[in-house]
Amino acid sequence: MKNTILIILVSCFFSVASGQVEKGSVLIKNGTVLTITKGNLENTDVLLKDGKISQIGKNIAAPAGMKVIDATGLFVMPGIIDAHSHIALDAINEGTNAITPEVFTGDAINPFQMSIYRALAGGCTTSHALHGSANSIGGQSQTIKHRYGTFDPDAMKMEGAPRTIKFALGENPTGHGRRDGVQPQSRMGVEFVIRQAFSEAKQYQEKWDTYNKNKAVKGFRGAPPAYSLRYQTVADILAGKIIVHCHSYRADEINMILRVFKEYGIKKLVFQHTNEGFKVAPEIAAAGAMASVFADWWQYKLEVYYSTAYNAAILVKNGVVTSINSDSPDLIRHLYHEAGKTQKYGNLTDEESLNLITINPAKQLGVENRIGSLEVGKDGDVAIFKNHPLSIYAVPQYSIVDGIVRFDRAKDANDMRLIVDPKETIDVTYFKNSLDHDNCMQGVESLFGADANEQKN
Amino acid sequence: MKSIQSIAGIVIAVICFVVIHVEAQNAKATTGTFALTNATIETVTKGTINNGTVVISNGKIIAVGQNIAIPSGAQTIDCKGQTIYPGMIDGGTRIGIVEIGAVPQAVDQQEDGDIIPQMKALSAVNPNATAIAITRVSGVTTTLTSPEGGLMPGTAALVNLFGYTEDQMYAGFEGVVVLFPNTGRRGFFDRRTDDEIKKGVEKSLKQLNDVWEKALQYHKLDSTTKGKGLAYYPEMIAMLPVMRGEMPLLIEVNAQKDIQAALKWVKEKKVKKVVFTGVTEGWREAENIAKANIPVLVGPVIGIPSREYDRYDAVYANPGLMKKAGVKVAIRSQEDGNGNYRNLPYHAGFAVAYGMDRMDALKAITIVPAEIFGVSDKLGSIEVGKNATLFVANGDIMETKTQVSNVFIDGYKMPMESRQTLLYDEFLNRVPGVKK
Repeated sequence: MKNTILIILVSCFFSVASGQVEKGSVLIKNGTVLTITKGNLENTDVLLKDGKISQIGKNIAAPAGMKVIDATGLFVMPGIIDAHSHIALDAINEGTNAITPEVFTGDAINPFQMSIYRALAGGCTTSHALHGSANSIGGQSQTIKHRYGTFDPDAMKMEGAPRTIKFALGENPTGHGRRDGVQPQSRMGVEFVIRQAFSEAKQYQEKWDTYNKNKAVKGFRGAPPAYSLRYQTVADILAGKIIVHCHSYRADEINMILRVFKEYGIKKLVFQHTNEGFKVAPEIAAAGAMASVFADWWQYKLEVYYSTAYNAAILVKNGVVTSINSDSPDLIRHLYHEAGKTQKYGNLTDEESLNLITINPAKQLGVENRIGSLEVGKDGDVAIFKNHPLSIYAVPQYSIVDGIVRFDRAKDANDMRLIVDPKETIDVTYFKNSLDHDNCMQGVESLFGADANEQKN
Repeated sequence: MKSIQSIAGIVIAVICFVVIHVEAQNAKATTGTFALTNATIETVTKGTINNGTVVISNGKIIAVGQNIAIPSGAQTIDCKGQTIYPGMIDGGTRIGIVEIGAVPQAVDQQEDGDIIPQMKALSAVNPNATAIAITRVSGVTTTLTSPEGGLMPGTAALVNLFGYTEDQMYAGFEGVVVLFPNTGRRGFFDRRTDDEIKKGVEKSLKQLNDVWEKALQYHKLDSTTKGKGLAYYPEMIAMLPVMRGEMPLLIEVNAQKDIQAALKWVKEKKVKKVVFTGVTEGWREAENIAKANIPVLVGPVIGIPSREYDRYDAVYANPGLMKKAGVKVAIRSQEDGNGNYRNLPYHAGFAVAYGMDRMDALKAITIVPAEIFGVSDKLGSIEVGKNATLFVANGDIMETKTQVSNVFIDGYKMPMESRQTLLYDEFLNRVPGVKK
């Protein structure tokens, strides 16, 4: 008996140890603090204690033995949040069916990727590790914190972050359907595939509801309905338990999904890319949906041809909660710069621009009570810049996650790899392709000729 | 009553005609004599002038300085609080030959064949490409359009982003593009073995050597026969200006090993005029590039390091490190995937944030590319006698806060609109809103 208890205790200990969050303390002295939600504070200290912001004010005395960062002349802001990224993932697209809500990017986290450290070196401390856009209903996705240094994939997950899922409209899922000879191959098909999934999930849920009701009746002898992770997940969307992040470009498809969601009573909706969101900004605002956009991307395919870099400004001025995202291991390193472009394209104020990469993406991921601004009680996720973060001359100096300094420009080694592939030769170099599409199709490039072209050369 | 109605109808029709002028593409440019007054002038070559005036006439800059007399009949533009810069020059674009990336019918950047220097980008540049207005309203006035693919994909051309024919757009420079055999991988999906890469590179280098050998012979024959009686050989005809030293080879090269190989190749073959482009790992070979006296068009600067173990800011710092080693550095954007050549000043800005001197970075997007392209007598600085290709902005052009208020190309005042600004005008306060 004693042994059994011991075994249980030991296994409990290990299951807690896996995914456990490391927390730290640090005092940031005398910076210009951009709180985001409560204005800018000059010559102010921020105390991070056991992973949380415990105090913001002047002349905070450093508790004995605590690490102190002198932020004199520097700008202190909340860690930047990217609502659309694919870094730290070993797989992005399932894509074997028009709907694959049963899969989860949280099962494919790779904590060793350099892109995580490089994102930190751009002040970005949290990202949304999204499934790709090969199919209309893609996989569930995971909000991660950039706890670079951990070897434990589960420790990357932001504990307590709401469930999210990727939807995709337009050219990517229809292109995929055409190559596989299945639905959807048109925007008509995309709507149908989504409606069909919702309707079938509704029936699925009704069967379970009936069973659960009857089960309580004395003498009931029926068998439970077959469990389906696929339809259970869609049923959870209908029940409002999952935030939908919907890859979309054209105004008509944005309107389509607003209509369908209204019909099924689904409220938690964030549009991703949303290049033509500016055309239907009033509709998006009226539905209470949100939008995550590029600062200026256009031209890479037909559905972005009629884009404008003024998109974010128009959405903001129409009252849509808007964020600027990266969808790229490069852009994630300079989201502060991407946000700055909204000052050129639409004259957004410093506050409005910074919201796009802090509190707004936090709202879109359902974690605004935890991150996205510097407030007492929130997580100790901080980025410290030389020069104002919206200036082109901004240079991130420190990135702090849960009170732990994960990036230190002055102290970090040049080579920050956690592991070295023994088979890798010293000369391996990677260079970008010249004609990029959005990174949402990663893993299925072979179907789009990219691989084929490469091999030809 | 009826006549009142019809008069009202005519009046409304006239008003509509006057107010709604339909622009199929862009508004018209205007020209004449312009005086840009009360400005800060970043001449680039001759320092900064405060409270100065620039006078433009007949397409040229005819006066620069303080206390300049304004010619009668000049249209005066008060530039108080504003800065005048020479038009920015981007040596890395596909403007006019890629309209929509993923639509094959809208892409003219690549022709069939590995060695086809006779393919001229200039012939395929669409003067009405959407990217032209989108790029120039940000102050990027002049761009190099380069073909892509294979070993020698064609001849690149420098164009001004205004004009209705290739002659009107041509900015006076062409160069033969070489995509130097590349030992780098093209992404993580590139699963070729090291051996396969090595063999591929050797094969390409052999091809390149063969071409060069033939070009030498063809040049010799051409010189002795003065071009008479030579068989039609389009590849070699296209190579003649290179062999004569009239046109440079634009050698795209990025990995350190390849830069070393290219330096060796250029020396061995005694190539008369060379520019290295891309040069992502130039900082690793900066001293040797400087020693070889080869100028570089470096970029994109806002990019990811090419090696896992490199410092995260290696690409940002690259232009500054090369400049420090004595290399002649021009910065290009090469933002092909998303058509954002308008971001050129931000690539320069990142170079500054990570170590380059600001004035060197400004030169790297104005006078230095003009020199590299052999057009510095016309472009790249604010000086009397140069083309009136310049712009006015309300601050440091590298800052994203800064707005461009006027752009002139060859003395033509550009309409400050593009499809993207027109969409803003139409949709900022959409009519009708949610309810019709």
